[in-house]
Amino acid sequence: MSDKVVQALYNDDDVLMNAVKKVKAEKHHIEEIYCPFPVHGLDKAMGLEGTRIAITSFMYGCVGLTVAIVMMNYIMIEDWPQDIGGKPSFSYIENMPAFVPIMFELTVFFAAHLMVITFYMRSKLWPFKKAENPDVRTTDDHFLMEVPTHGNEAEVVALLQSTGAVEVNIVDSDH
Amino acid sequence: MYTFSNRLKMFAIITSVIGALLWGWGFASAPSDVDEVKTMLAEEASHHGGGHGEDANHGEGGGSYDMTQEHGETAGHGEEAGHGDPDEHAEHVFSQLSNKPWSALYVAAFFFMMIALGTLAFYAIQRAAQAGWSPLLFRVMEGITGYLLPGTLIMLVLLLLSVFHVNGIFHWMHDGLTDPASDNYDKLIAGKSGFLNSTGFIIRAVVFIAAWNIFRYFMRKFSLAQDTAEDNRYFKKNFRISAGFLVVFIYTESMMSWDWIMSFDPHWFSTLFGWYVFASMFVSAITVIALVTIYLKSKGLLQEVNDSHIHDLAKFMFGISIFWTYLWFSQFMLIWYSNIPEEVTYFITRIEDYKLPFFGMLAMNFIFPLLILMNSDYKRMNWFVIMAGVVILAGHYIDIFNMVMPATVGDRWFIGAAEIGAVLLFLGIFILVVFSSIAKHPLIAKRNPLIEESRHFHY
Repeated sequence: MSDKVVQALYNDDDVLMNAVKKVKAEKHHIEEIYCPFPVHGLDKAMGLEGTRIAITSFMYGCVGLTVAIVMMNYIMIEDWPQDIGGKPSFSYIENMPAFVPIMFELTVFFAAHLMVITFYMRSKLWPFKKAENPDVRTTDDHFLMEVPTHGNEAEVVALLQSTGAVEVNIVDSDH
Repeated sequence: MYTFSNRLKMFAIITSVIGALLWGWGFASAPSDVDEVKTMLAEEASHHGGGHGEDANHGEGGGSYDMTQEHGETAGHGEEAGHGDPDEHAEHVFSQLSNKPWSALYVAAFFFMMIALGTLAFYAIQRAAQAGWSPLLFRVMEGITGYLLPGTLIMLVLLLLSVFHVNGIFHWMHDGLTDPASDNYDKLIAGKSGFLNSTGFIIRAVVFIAAWNIFRYFMRKFSLAQDTAEDNRYFKKNFRISAGFLVVFIYTESMMSWDWIMSFDPHWFSTLFGWYVFASMFVSAITVIALVTIYLKSKGLLQEVNDSHIHDLAKFMFGISIFWTYLWFSQFMLIWYSNIPEEVTYFITRIEDYKLPFFGMLAMNFIFPLLILMNSDYKRMNWFVIMAGVVILAGHYIDIFNMVMPATVGDRWFIGAAEIGAVLLFLGIFILVVFSSIAKHPLIAKRNPLIEESRHFHY
């Protein structure tokens, strides 16, 4: 399938937001938008679903808390319950205040790091990854919207030009 | 403009009257002399098979450490900690039981006073930080601080009653403690008498109360003057005195917590106590702001207040609840870990005699808000915020209860008629004062330079 994509470039985020609303109103699918910085409200205008990364972070935190409790219960209480400075190593609960700093830190550690790794994996980011930006200007001062076409190129181009794009290009989608 | 509905007014008055009656009943049913206590103890002993002597020793500071025996009165229960002598024991129990209704009154009075004071601090922070989201809520906050004057004056009256020996809840005020010739001589308290003396205590209280109320008066005055002003002069003035108030507040609040709370345990000291009391005060205040805002919004007033404002308040409730826990744990863990006898008695009495309130408040003040208010959708739902708020307020009442009661009534504590009555009494007064203060002026400040931003606040 050698469908084409229309790439419209904008130089202002307000113009971009209006363009997104107009393209959505005309029932065209927006493939992707490239921005040099986060544009507030763009995800809502595009109708993207909310992220679930906070939920994953909560679950990772629970894992971290469990790891801390199981680890210290095994080491300090079950494996070798020594008397260290008179601290009560008879049961986990009796010595718990001393473990809380570690429980807290491991919860934060797991929640933060595993969430970041989840983010990298879901966004397909890693070192030596080939950059995907279709136009180098999108990292500096231009915004780029990609709309796929299905034999209706002229119509899409006209629509995008009417939204205030500074440049509209047609490229092969399998570039 | 809000009008104080007659139904709410009646509700507040009835709450107050029922509260006063309950408290009065609790007061009247306290034993009137030592003989009554002796009969009561004899009855108890027959029920418990004579095992009460041991219980009593627990009440005097936990028997597991030698030093705590030496510091028998560390928890400040009363005059002489009786080591087995039944007469002294009866006198000790008598002082605890006669302290009980007074302590209940004191805890409730302090709890509602600290809500007004915490709200004033929150308000001053919003002013000094020039927050863009909160100006729509300024009149609500100003209304809640309306309770500051009556609340602090009630506190002053209670402090004066203690100073003039109407009640004995402050152990260090008892006679003879600083006199080496007296049987009651207490070297530790005598050493602290440079700070802990009735004259200085009352002078400090008057200074704190005057300072807070003067700042509150001018903040409210400038806020109202800005409504009709031609320029932003009063807004700037309010910015300056709010910043000034915050400096004064953190000093006076810290010293107030030593005087009004920590001195119940005059043998004990803790450096982060002022912050700990502040955290309790701050989270209760923010919760009350959220609850009053939601109430007014449900009445169709404050329509410009949207979900995002409630969301922000709920975030503060969540964050400051965790801050409170951080301070609670920091204080507890440092003392538990090092286990120095003169410090650790504070927690030993609480864990032995107050296990349920002491650890129960952790569930109410930390675990419950942590789980309920973590989700960002829940923070935008009014009934979730109300539910979390009610639990947080009850939890912080128990927090103050735990700070005061072990030193005044020891193991004789009970949340009964006197305690519930005192809370209802001050709750009624609080509602009366706060809502009539809110009803005095329009609910939206007119010429605040940030009010437009607040109207369109969206998170």
